[in-house]
Order: sequence, then C-alpha cells, then structure tokens
Amino acid sequence: MSWLHITILLPFIFAMAVPYIYKKFTPRIHTGWFVLIIPLLIVAYLITFIPKISSGNTVSESVPWMPSYNINFTTHVDGLSLVFGLLISGIGALVILYSIYYMSKHREALHNFYVYLLLFMGAMLGVVFSDNIFVLYVFWELTSVSSFLLIAYWYEREKSRYGAQKSMLITIFGGLAMLAGFIMLAMMSDTYSIREMVSNAAIFPSQPLFIPAMILILIGAFTKSAQFPFSIWLPDAMEAPTPISAYLHSATMVKAGIYLVARLTPIFGGSSEWFWVVSGVGIITLLYGSVNAVRQTDLKALLAYSTISQLGLIMSLLGLGSASLYYKIGDDSSVYAIAIFAAIFHLVNHSTFKGCLFMVVGIIDHETGTRDIRRLGGLMHLMPISFTLTVIGSFAMAGIPPFNGFLSKEMFFTAVLNASKMTVFNVDYVMLFIPIVAWIASVFTFVYSMILVFKTFRGKNKPEKLGREVHEAPIGMLIPPLVLGSLVIVIFFFPNVLSQYLLKPALAAVLPTLAQAGELNVKVSAWHGWNAELFMTIGVIGIGTLMYVYLKKWYRIYRIYPDELTLNNFYNLSLETVENMSRLFTNRYMTGFIRDYLVYIFLFIILLTCGTMWVFDGFYFDPSNDAPVNLFEAGLMIAMVITALSVLFSKNRLTSIVTVGGLGFLVSFFFVLFRAPDLALTQLVVETVTTALFLLCFYHLPQLRKEISTVRFKAVNAIISIGVGMVVTIVALSANGNRVFESISGYYENSYELAGAKNIVNAILVDFRGFDTMLEILVLTIAGLGVYTLIKLRIAGRDQNEETK
Amino acid sequence: MKKPNDVIIRSVSKVAVVIILTFAINLFISGHHNPGGGFIGGLAFSSALILLFLSFDIETVRKNIPLDFKILAAVGVLISVSTGGGSMLFDVPFLTQAYGYFNLPIFGKTELATAVIFDIGVALAVIGTSITIILTIGDDR
Repeated sequence: MSWLHITILLPFIFAMAVPYIYKKFTPRIHTGWFVLIIPLLIVAYLITFIPKISSGNTVSESVPWMPSYNINFTTHVDGLSLVFGLLISGIGALVILYSIYYMSKHREALHNFYVYLLLFMGAMLGVVFSDNIFVLYVFWELTSVSSFLLIAYWYEREKSRYGAQKSMLITIFGGLAMLAGFIMLAMMSDTYSIREMVSNAAIFPSQPLFIPAMILILIGAFTKSAQFPFSIWLPDAMEAPTPISAYLHSATMVKAGIYLVARLTPIFGGSSEWFWVVSGVGIITLLYGSVNAVRQTDLKALLAYSTISQLGLIMSLLGLGSASLYYKIGDDSSVYAIAIFAAIFHLVNHSTFKGCLFMVVGIIDHETGTRDIRRLGGLMHLMPISFTLTVIGSFAMAGIPPFNGFLSKEMFFTAVLNASKMTVFNVDYVMLFIPIVAWIASVFTFVYSMILVFKTFRGKNKPEKLGREVHEAPIGMLIPPLVLGSLVIVIFFFPNVLSQYLLKPALAAVLPTLAQAGELNVKVSAWHGWNAELFMTIGVIGIGTLMYVYLKKWYRIYRIYPDELTLNNFYNLSLETVENMSRLFTNRYMTGFIRDYLVYIFLFIILLTCGTMWVFDGFYFDPSNDAPVNLFEAGLMIAMVITALSVLFSKNRLTSIVTVGGLGFLVSFFFVLFRAPDLALTQLVVETVTTALFLLCFYHLPQLRKEISTVRFKAVNAIISIGVGMVVTIVALSANGNRVFESISGYYENSYELAGAKNIVNAILVDFRGFDTMLEILVLTIAGLGVYTLIKLRIAGRDQNEETK
Repeated sequence: MKKPNDVIIRSVSKVAVVIILTFAINLFISGHHNPGGGFIGGLAFSSALILLFLSFDIETVRKNIPLDFKILAAVGVLISVSTGGGSMLFDVPFLTQAYGYFNLPIFGKTELATAVIFDIGVALAVIGTSITIILTIGDDR
C-alpha cells in the first residue's frame, strides 16, 4: 500500500466520517471546512510528483486485490494522470470552499452532499491513476453512481430525478459497452495492464477484435464526455447544485471520457477508423454544442451546451492528433503532435474558465434568485467582481487575448489547418471542411460567450423581475472563481511554465513512441506572427460581433427547427416506446390462462425434443429384441384405446371420471399381465381412491358455472397434443432400440442372499433403495397435511366465496 | 331427521372389517417374500377403517379409535427415518438394513429383518395420510 493508494482511498475513508462530523458540529461549523482538508492534502501530495514526472520518469505501485484473477490495484503516475489528478483535487478544493458559502448549513442535508462529493472525488482519482482496466472500470462506474446521487441531490424535485435517471441510463450504458471493449482488449493482449498494452501496441491493429473493441470503448468515452449524440444528459444534469455542476459537469467527470481516449490513443491511434470516429464525432459535437448554446435562455443550460461544445473541440483535437502515430517518427508526426498538445492544453484551460463561469453563475443565481437571461440585466455595477470574472471566463472561452483560451484556440486552428493538408486515411477533400466547420463553431462560441457577459451584466436593471436587493456575493464565495480567473490570465502569460512541468509529460504519456525519440518540442507563444490562425481569430471576432449585434434578426432561425426532431425528444420517445412495447409484449404472452402457458410448455417440449432428435439423428427403430405380442395384450390394448378415446369425447364429467377409472383398472390388468403383482395391487387401490376423490370434486363443483358441455375442439390443442404423443412415442421407440448397457436388474435377483427377502420389489423399496421410499412417504404425509390445512385453515373471506350449498 | 335403518350394512361390515384387517396385516407381513408390503398393506388397512366410517358415522368411529391420524402419519415417517438413523449407530451407512434368523418360542426358526420396521413406518404413514385426507374432506361442511 503506497501513499498514492492511500491518496486515492482517502476521500472514501473520510466520507465515512462525514456524517459523524455533520451530527456533531452542525450548525456551529459548516461541515465543508472539515472536508476541505482532504483535497488540499491530495493537491499537496500530488505536487510532490511534479519534479519527478517533468524529468520524464513515471511512478507505479501495485497492491494485490484479486491476485488469482490478475486484478490488482495498480496505480500509475505519468504526465497525463498527474494533470488530471491535479485538476480533480485542485478544482475539488475550490469547489468545496465555494460550496461552504453556497450551501446553507441550516437548510441543506450537507452530510449527503459531502459524502457523495467525496465518493466522486475518490472515484475520479481512481479512474485517472488506475493502470488495471478492471479497476479503472470499477472507479468509472463509481463516478457514474456518485454523479447520479449528486444530480438528484434535491430529490424532491421532479426535474432533478429525471436528469439523474437520464444521466444514469446513458453513462451506465456507455460504461457497460466500455467494459465489453476492455474485455476484448484484454483478450487480444493477454494482460489487464494499460501500460503493458501500450508497450505491445503493435500487436493490436491486425486482430479481428480491434474494431469492435475500439467502437465499444469509444461509446463509453463518448457517453461520459457528452459527445454527440450522447450529449443530451448533460443539460439535464444542470438540476444539480451549482458547485456540482461546476465540478462534475465542467471540470472533471465529463473529462473522464477525454482521459480514456487520450490514454488509449497509443493503442488505437494511427488507425484510420480511430482518426475518423474520434475527430468526426468531436467536430460534430463542437458544432452541435455551440449552435445550441446560443438559443438557451438559462445560464446553466448555456454553459452546459458550451461544455459539450468545448469537449467536442478537445475530442476532435485528440482525433486529429492521433494521425501523428501513423507517421511513426519524423517531421510529419510532430506536426500532428501539436494537436494532442493543444487538446491537453485546452483541457486544462477549459477546466479553469468553465469552473470559474459556473461558480459565477451560481453566485448570480444565489444573489438574484434566477438564472434566466431574460430576467437578468444591468448587474455590472451591482456585482463588479462577478462581472470581471465573467468577462475573464467568457473571453477565454471565446478565444480572445489576453486569456488562455486564445492560446489553445490558436493551436486548435493550427491543428485543423494541418489536418486539411493531410494526405493519408483517404481524406481527400473532406478534410477541407474541417477548418470551415471549426471556424463556424468558433463564431457561435464567440456569440454565446458575448450573450453570457452582456445579456447578464449590461442593459437595464430589472429589479421588479428579481424581487430582491441584489448585491455582491460574500468574499468566501468569490475566492474560488477568483483563483480560477487569475489562473486563466497567468496561463496566458506564462504558458511555457505549465507546458514544461505538466503538459509535456502528459503529451509524452499520450505519444510514448515519439517521446522516446525525443521529438516533442512544443513551444507556446502568445504572439506568433501574422499567420492564417490569427486571421481566422480576427474573422471570428469580427463576424461574431456582427452576429451578436444583430442577434434579434437571425434568432428566429432556431424556431424553424422543429421540437420533434431534437435528440431529447428521440430519447423520451424511445424510452416510452420501449416501455410500451415491453408491456404490450408481456401482456400478450402472459395471458393469465394456465391453458396458454401449457401450450408454451408443450410446444417447447415438442420443438426441443424433435430438434435434438433431428440434429443428432436420433431416430432409430430396432424391433429385433421386442417380445411377441399375445392375444391378451392386444385385446387389453384395444380396450384401453377405446376407453381413452371415450374420455376425450365424453359429453359430461361423470362419464369422464368413470372412464378414467376404467383406464386405471385396465392399467392394473396390464401390470398383472406383465407379472407385477405389487404394482397391480397398489394400482387397483390407488385408482379406486382417486376415482372416489374425483367424484367428490365433481359433486362439489359450484352450482352457477356448472355447464355440461363437450370438450371444446381447438385445432391448436389437437395438433399440440398429437405432437406431444408422437414425440414421446418416437423417443420411447428410439430409446428401446438403442439399449447401450446391460440392465442392472441382475444384481437384484440375489435379493434373498443380500437382503433376506424373496420379494424383489419390496427388497428394492425398503432395502436397496429405501431412501427413495423414505422420502416418498414424507411426500405422502406432506400431501395429507396439505389437504388438511387447505380445508381446515381457510381464510374467512375465501370461505364465503367458495361456499357451496 | 330420521335415521335410516342400516342394520345389515353394519352387521356385514363388522364381520368384513375383521377380515379386511386380517388380510391387510397378512399383506403387510408377507411383503417380505410375497406380493404385498407396507404400502399396499397400509392402504388395505385404511380401507377397513373407511368401511367403518361409511357404515357408522364419523363421530362414533372417532370415539372408538381415539387416534389423531396426522400424528400417526408423522410417527410413521419418524419410524422410517429412525431406522435409517439407527443403522448409523452401528457404524454403517444411513439406511443399511440387516436381517437374521432367530429361534423364537412359538414361531420356531424365524427371519427377522430391520427392513420390516422400516415397512411399519411406511404403512403407518400411508394409513395416517389416507385417513387424514378422507376425514378432512368428509368432515368439510
């Protein structure tokens, strides 16, 4: 157990203590102050790794969990996981600090809140530091579960429950697909360790399971990271408390899919399928998210769609960058490696400015009581600090200098421009569209970023719509977004420090082969001359400003798009259809009539038996060993057939009972003929008793429904019963001709010597196989007691219903 | 309600019951070497009792045979199980039956087998169950 393991498990351990702390200190001290210690400790510990990682080393430790299955809790720290670990714990600490001021200690169930939050934090740390794919999967599902709990934190609201259910269904669906993909990976590589898979990456592309594993894992990553078309859960997850939205749904959980894609890039990257799927879905998501964000009127929904869009951007960069693995080593590979670097860089940037924006929106919600853009306005001089923070976050998001979004947006443009010159993967002219699509998406990003700033803070103040005195938030609530906002600026001015210590090791983790060749020399500079990227950015700002100014003119386009065609509608419709279809289906075959169930059972018997006989060629008739039929047997047989038929065709029950009795007596004659005196005696007596019982039942049939009718003829019933009869006959005849072993009855012929009994049947019953007899009399006794209890201990209500007079 | 005069039935059944009981016991005893045994013996025994129930009314028979047949059935199962368990006392597997020949005062050289005790259990269970079923159904109002 290394310190790193303890670090991952620390949130879980502390989560156990939270309810006690809550009970003991509420309402004197807010529980969050105690919880805050945990992420701070984790950050402090993770920072100690930076020197080691930045010099190109990695750390891994293993603790056996299920050694016999080769599933070990192996942690692995390299650049990529360290970046994520620092984001998770760092933003975690800020979010907890924020939540201390956001969540009221008097009204909220804080113990639930912090337990879920800590669970999530631990699970997320587990995801990024796990090396074993199954351990990673366990933590992956834990993030889904804790996110579910957090979204439905205000569980008495219907929308919260709906959002939680939706995110649960979608992410668990993806998680299970991912598990299947992981198992395929393990089958191909014969190891559960991601590191070993990466080091043997060359064996994968030729395997038949390569494509299925890739698709399944990507489904997992896309559902988690809210990529198109699985993005629909993210806007509904905005029902969670704002600290949660800031933490889970912008900075950490939605990046788990990004992490997975980056982590597995060395394995899958370099193949054209991976390139196309990842970058294609990323670009589509980028455009979809940015276009939809503009139409939102709820600030959090706007931010949710912008998160979707930015995640698509990162995802497409990872896809474009995977081309560098195709070129192995050379100048071309480092051209595309920039895309991967840009992805990681933008990931960090996005976490900072999106976390900041969510917190500011939370402040606005907290102070004004609404998040609706149409009711907000003119808050600039009322909430100056929040305004500044929003400007920083939004301009970073839009990609305007001097904020970090500018740098990563420029690198994104570089990457798409490089991609358009690509000559591999049969791309041809399709790639020319990518810069165009990316540019259009950036324009929309600019527009919604402006909406976020100016619709909220500029314009006229509408105090009548807010109904309360608006003022700046308490300082504690402002500290976390202030920290994030200053990071946004600091990263812009000193990007190479961050790059040197964190991003380059992360890049080396994604592209290990290039890192070994020493080809990764990425330098970020805020000013890089008058080149195509800069003109694109200027174009974005120009067109974006125009579009924002004339927003009212073209806003109507959104109304053209019908609601019926939205993804949400498809999701709701498909859920409804699945429920209705399965209910219809179940109602169709679960009719409640025993007769129908018997039809299923017998049909199944016929099909299964016949099919087996057919497939294995089991039909075999060999009459050579059969005994000759004598006159008695033939006569008795004919009598039995007549009796049986008269049971079927009898007009009333009494005849049926009597004929069934007659059939029983005929069977006992058969026992006599075949020399089975014990059986004959028993059969006689038992048949008498059952006939008497039948008569008793007949006598007690209720008056009302007593109708004497013929057996209703049903073609299906006839076919099935004839089929069953034939199948059983065929099986019996085939089995009779196919005797493989000698009978063991020779042994029992010595019953006098062995058991001192001349009656073999009785010797078998009480001696050789007395155990059966013992249990049979037990059955008999239980049946007797059953009859007794059924009749004597009836419940009063039923007694009246079934009373016969 | 006037009681029907069924003196003939009663007289005949008094004789017949004795015969049937004897036959039932014979069936039971002879089971070891001849057709018969616990099951059919028990059924025949209970058929004699049923004849009694038919010719006299249930209350009368109950008064003269003050047995709870449910308990009888349970005792039968218990006997069967305990013969099985008994064999384990002699360090042989469950339900191992033994037999031997003894010189008894009246019967002379006689074969005695533990299997018969087992069969007694079977017979009692059969009698108890069949009578329980018939009495409960017959008693049902």
